[in-house]
Amino acid sequence: MNAALAQDYSGAPLGAPVYELNNVSKTYARNLVVALEDVSLTLRKGSFTSVIGSSGCGKSTLLKIMAGLIPPTKGRVVLQSKPVTGPRHDIGMMFQQATLFPWKTAAENIVLPIEIRDGKAAAKKAIDSAHDLLEMVGLEGFENVYPNELSGGMAQRAAICRMLITEPAVLLLDEPFSALDELSRDMMNMELQRICNEQHATAFLVTHSIQEAVILSDEIVVMKPRPGRIAEIVDVDLPRPRTLDMMTTPKFGEIVDYIRTLLDKGEDM
Amino acid sequence: MTDVQVNQASEPGTEQDTVWVQEVHFIDSVPRWIAMTFVFVVFIGTWHLVTAFELVSPIILPTPWETLEDMVFVGKNLLSGGYMLGALWITFKEVVYGFALAIALGFSFGVLVGETAFGEKAVMPYLVAIDTMPKVAFAPLFVAWLGFGIESKVALAAFIATFPIVVGTAAGLHAADENARMLFKTMGASRMQTLIKMKLPTGLPQIFTGLKIGAVGVMAGAITGEFLGGGKGFGELIRVAASQLNTPRVFSLILYLSLVGLAVYAAVTWSQRKIVFWHKERVGAHDH
Ligand SMILES: Nc1ncnc2c1ncn2[C@@H]1O[C@H](COP(=O)(O)OP(=O)(O)OP(=O)(O)O)[C@@H](O)[C@H]1O
Ligand SMILES: [Mg+2]
Repeated sequence: MNAALAQDYSGAPLGAPVYELNNVSKTYARNLVVALEDVSLTLRKGSFTSVIGSSGCGKSTLLKIMAGLIPPTKGRVVLQSKPVTGPRHDIGMMFQQATLFPWKTAAENIVLPIEIRDGKAAAKKAIDSAHDLLEMVGLEGFENVYPNELSGGMAQRAAICRMLITEPAVLLLDEPFSALDELSRDMMNMELQRICNEQHATAFLVTHSIQEAVILSDEIVVMKPRPGRIAEIVDVDLPRPRTLDMMTTPKFGEIVDYIRTLLDKGEDM
Repeated sequence: MTDVQVNQASEPGTEQDTVWVQEVHFIDSVPRWIAMTFVFVVFIGTWHLVTAFELVSPIILPTPWETLEDMVFVGKNLLSGGYMLGALWITFKEVVYGFALAIALGFSFGVLVGETAFGEKAVMPYLVAIDTMPKVAFAPLFVAWLGFGIESKVALAAFIATFPIVVGTAAGLHAADENARMLFKTMGASRMQTLIKMKLPTGLPQIFTGLKIGAVGVMAGAITGEFLGGGKGFGELIRVAASQLNTPRVFSLILYLSLVGLAVYAAVTWSQRKIVFWHKERVGAHDH
């Protein structure tokens, strides 16, 4: 295991607030859709938070605002005591599509963020860390393989490595595994848990699956639509580390049912 | 109950393997070269019959054998470095210079139009307007401006080939999907980095499509230029042969000329395969 990977990137103690959103609202100017209204949220160092809600309730919008990709109409976003005003290097992001570039090998794709930030020479030096990361996600030996020879799950693993190469303090994940079949999805989720744990990363996951949210999260943000608001923040007090067989416990079922009721209520409004 | 029945049924010998009857088309089992030879033979055969029964006058259509004879003659002249080789060389230069110019112009305008809002708003409409004009009609102008030398032919060839390259480049720059753009944004990439490291490579297949269309146009431009603006190229040889009603010569000259076009096209395809190695293009390949 690479020593650099296990180290705490941001230096803040576990449990301290890293991400703070205050009364964030977003109205898209183009169509005057109120995508978000008065969202306030605190993410703690090393915590795993999921956000769940019906389609169109503003989950991706929230994530993009947190990532500094689009500005909020109102409100404040603060990450590690600095306001987020644009893309930042202490944020790692992942989307539904792996979006690996076919003209680069797996390792070259992974060091792309370094190449963009510090140039080709720095990227070359980072190739070794890329190999370590690939090993960590079970893709050793695939360094020089081009993406069109990777399966969907393997491509998403490589995308995880690309996200981690810059050692971000927070991970923003927009339905990262929803394009995968259920088996690989469960496996990837367990993998994600392990990685977050090893890196003491703070993670924020958008998902459509209640099960996925419950098995991974410390807190689940349940949203309701039109306009997108927080309905409730649900604590998940299942022990850690989580395992897939916890899905059969009564406690798990209770939380899933509770969230489902919350979501159904949101739909009625 | 059901389970037991299934088990019995699958005992060896009691059930036959399902055999897939796959529909095989006859053409799939024929090697390409045989299919191509077949078409060639039919073509020459028809040609032979048409001339043998004098369905058209020999002045309009020579026999295949006359054409072949003339091809041998022209081939000897070319190989021995005769005047025809000089003419072919001139046309070849026109094509290569014209294509190089078209690539430089087409790529520059393509980036301007595909990458900048100004280019898309203010320049693109003019390009579209010019593109719809019959471009060969500009040939007399180029001759008036640049004279009877190769410059006027290079200009016309480049003029015709530039537009498909502009369109290909601009389309290519729009090919990158939302995810890739967002990813580059999250990495804090500058506009230049996004262009060079993402949009251009993503658009290479479209750019090459433009180049291939351009490669065909550049040939047409050079020959049209020679027809209308004289000079010492292969087009001039064709024009003279045609005016002497020497149709076998016209035919064989055109066939040799097509080698130049093929060479340019092959060069583009070859570089495409080298550069865009990740993009497997399947032209005419049937997938079953
Ligand atoms: N770029 C945009 N311009 C205008 N409106 C937008 C834009 N992006 C999203 N919207 C609108 O904002 C609302 C929230 O969209 P968003 O993509 O955040 O939803 P979501 O919760 O991620 O949905 P899904 O679960 O389907 O991914 C929707 O009504 C959508 O139409
Ligand atoms: Mg979304």
